Amino acid sequence: MAKITLDNLAHSYYPNATKEDDFALKELNHVWADGEAYALLGSSGCGKSTLLNIISGLLHPSQGRILFDDVDVTQASTADRNIAQVFQFPVVYDTMTVRANLAFPLKNRGASAQYIADRVQQIGAMIGMEAELDKRARGLTADAKQKISLGRGMVREDVNALLFDEPLTVIDPHMKWELRTQLKSLHHEFGHTMIYVTHDQTEALTFADKVVVMYDGRVVQIGTPEQLFNKPEHTFVGYFIGSPGMNVIPAEVSGNTATVRGLTVGLGESFGVLDGKVEIGIRPEFVTLTEGEGLPVKVRRVEDVGRHKIIRAELFGEDINIVAGEDQPISADMNRVTFDPDRVNVYVNDWLKEGEAAQ
Amino acid sequence: MNKTVNQKAWLLVLPVLVLVAFSAVIPIMTVVNYSVQDTFGNNQFFWTGLEWFETMLHSERMWDALGRQLMFSAIILMIQIPLGVFVALNMPKSGFWSSFCLVMMSLPLLIPWNVVGTIWQIFGRVDIGLLGYTLDAIGIEYNYTQNVFAAWVTIIVMDVWHWTSLVALLAFAGLKSIPDAYYQAAKIDQASRWAVFRYIELPKMMGVLMIAILLRFMDSFMIYTEPFVVTGGGPGNSTTLLSIDLVKMALGQFDLGPAAAFSLMYYLVILLISWVFYTVMVNMDKKEGK
Repeated sequence: MAKITLDNLAHSYYPNATKEDDFALKELNHVWADGEAYALLGSSGCGKSTLLNIISGLLHPSQGRILFDDVDVTQASTADRNIAQVFQFPVVYDTMTVRANLAFPLKNRGASAQYIADRVQQIGAMIGMEAELDKRARGLTADAKQKISLGRGMVREDVNALLFDEPLTVIDPHMKWELRTQLKSLHHEFGHTMIYVTHDQTEALTFADKVVVMYDGRVVQIGTPEQLFNKPEHTFVGYFIGSPGMNVIPAEVSGNTATVRGLTVGLGESFGVLDGKVEIGIRPEFVTLTEGEGLPVKVRRVEDVGRHKIIRAELFGEDINIVAGEDQPISADMNRVTFDPDRVNVYVNDWLKEGEAAQ
Repeated sequence: MNKTVNQKAWLLVLPVLVLVAFSAVIPIMTVVNYSVQDTFGNNQFFWTGLEWFETMLHSERMWDALGRQLMFSAIILMIQIPLGVFVALNMPKSGFWSSFCLVMMSLPLLIPWNVVGTIWQIFGRVDIGLLGYTLDAIGIEYNYTQNVFAAWVTIIVMDVWHWTSLVALLAFAGLKSIPDAYYQAAKIDQASRWAVFRYIELPKMMGVLMIAILLRFMDSFMIYTEPFVVTGGGPGNSTTLLSIDLVKMALGQFDLGPAAAFSLMYYLVILLISWVFYTVMVNMDKKEGK
């Protein structure tokens, strides 16, 4: 177990990258605290796998340093870093039995036969494959193979960190839930530093203590699920987390009011003069459809998802989503929306602007 | 649904029947025909039954040729398969040099058998050949026309030169199909180079390697032109492989009956071995699919 420090880290797949666009991973400083479970969340191609491979040593960064507990390991090999990693698609040694697969990392590191036997049995039970330990890995289904990969990742107790690269993509939904829960309890039990890459927000939010959201090669926010929901620091976070994502509306802001096309929206905080592209962001959960006051909208569609209703509407030609309670009546006369002032965030050039408490 | 009866439909099968008849059935039946008859010339034939087959089964000459043939095939398989795999493992995996290697390695495969034989025949000559002359000059006794060992070394090296690239290309294709994640996982599991080969590369290459072994076995078992051009089957009969012996018997001595019986048995052996290979391969695939 170790604290992992990324110091000025950046990576480009081009040999002589100078432009910022050439970098798959833009300059990054971050400390992964010892024993915490992190989720690395972002859409495909945002650099999360690149970052993971740099931490595990499969890739060497173009610039910057990586420290494990203050020891520089930037040039160290994967084996020296003592990391476990589980990949998106199951990697098993086809010709070996399940038992031999699980024992492989321990055997290569010269553990004693007795220890290996005990530990493999324990891991076999954990992944629910005790009965199949002596089967050949070749004939197993994709989720059984992925469980073996997970087991092989967890078999070593002394790893510095456990890295997961979208490991549950090929697993059945009910198994997904079970394995994720197991990973979590494993984390509680052994306290490994875990980094879990995913593009699935539910997976990220349920697994991790802290979620790291990446966008276009950059870490845009690190926070607890609650922080990501309430105060997205970047419009991408607002849009990416939540279902549906946050509504972002161009506006002018002065003092504690925002103006959208000449109509006033109240804000919970007060702001000075803002330069650049100014927008307000409001989650669909805090938008209310009304009859009387507010901004004019045109309702296009109501989707009932069981727990609540999602209303798809148009505000000055732009899409806006509203979440309404299951029992809230919706009538044809409701063509205005109001926002909860305390829940409106202000963004300047896509980044969150903190205001001062309103007088 | 009622079936429509239309006897004219048989006509559609006719082209295939004609093609198979002329390309396979009739030539083989001619051979079968010769194998059960004897002739004293004048186009007069006498029925002999299975006598020629019995003669050939007791012919020391054929058993010797078969022994040499099996030894030849075994030696070239034992050299070409591991060597081909070794070459494939050490080839650049991508980029310009990878394509370059692939092209260079395909070249021997494109040279006609006859030409390969001629190249090595001249290459090995002690008077004008680069190899023969050099070996002679540094004091190594090498003469493939007189020395049995030298003759064998020459035809084996020639075959290795000609066909190892085929094995290497097939093995390379097998290696290329292994996803990167396997190598990355092996690194994380701290697997040794040998373990990576043994547990990742070899199992994934097994399918193509079986095909390579089958192809190389059949081809080497039927080899004629190259050794014939180099050694003519000599010195003595030391490099007279099955097909060389067959041609000698059929066209040199004009012993049509025994030669026909010989070639049918030859054919059955190849068929039998290929069938065994095929069965093994299919069973392996089944296991994989389970």
